[in-house]
Amino acid sequence: MHRTGELYGQFQTLDQQREAASLGMWVFLITEIMFFGGLFLAYTINRAIYAVAFAEASRELNVHMGGANTAVLILSSFTMAMGVWCSQTGRKRLLVVFLIATLALGGVFLGVKYFEYAEKFHHHLVPGYDFHFPDVKPEIAAQDPYINAHAQLFFSLYFGMTGLHALHMIVGAGLLLWLIAQAAKGRFTPAYNTPVEIVGLYWHFVDIIWIFLFPLLYLIDRHT
Amino acid sequence: MPEHIVSPRIYAVIGATLLIFTGVTYYAATLDLNHIYHGLNVTVALAIAVFKATLVVLYFMHARYSPKRTQLVIIAGLFWLALLLLLTLSDYLSRATMHG
Repeated sequence: MHRTGELYGQFQTLDQQREAASLGMWVFLITEIMFFGGLFLAYTINRAIYAVAFAEASRELNVHMGGANTAVLILSSFTMAMGVWCSQTGRKRLLVVFLIATLALGGVFLGVKYFEYAEKFHHHLVPGYDFHFPDVKPEIAAQDPYINAHAQLFFSLYFGMTGLHALHMIVGAGLLLWLIAQAAKGRFTPAYNTPVEIVGLYWHFVDIIWIFLFPLLYLIDRHT
Repeated sequence: MPEHIVSPRIYAVIGATLLIFTGVTYYAATLDLNHIYHGLNVTVALAIAVFKATLVVLYFMHARYSPKRTQLVIIAGLFWLALLLLLTLSDYLSRATMHG
């Protein structure tokens, strides 16, 4: 494809190229929203049907790890946004610093997730792998005689949704590694910084998914 | 349309607001709001999540400063998500088996 500097042949200006890229990224993110939307829908319906088991299962999650991870991810979105600002204003060294900070915070999130998952294996809460839900009070068991099976459904959705979210984080970490390498070469300037903006959109999207996962999985049955 | 540069001050204010509301949603979850009105706990949690997500989309993702055509695509996408959620839930939640 014909290319002059960073400008591909089918575009007239870098601004036009940036707007097209951003629009294309949004279209992709909307397909992602529909994809996660289906999972949130499945969760909502099953939670409505098996409310007792889902409430009991939800309380088995580690709300401190989940809450800390929410803060870590929000901070990483902030550092990513600052990275975009650095690339727009020509701060090349600071851009690398903020991108590395974003990657590090993403790593912290995945590290905490690893310990959370390990805890679930330890407590026999992984579906299909020696699953055994802890004994519940007799009045709870009377409300849902199949609580072990229904709690397993909760944890299937928990691992499915948080696992896919973590997969997106791993993809994001790969994109950031590439971005850091390019930024270190000084490729991004106030005139051309589209990749920083596009990876930023992706990273913030992954943050948004977690903003919904945290309250829905960890919090809404926390009281009483 | 030239690129709009969002200032670090705005990013910091948005980031701090997101962190504060993470605390608020955690605190709200420890209260038994369902006692006041059934389903209030979920409603509050989702309202805060929607508010936080809106801040991320408008400022971190620059939707507020994007061209109208990009904004239209975002709104159209959310409209389809609303169709998916509302029409499916209106079916499930109105079934007799859901209230047994």
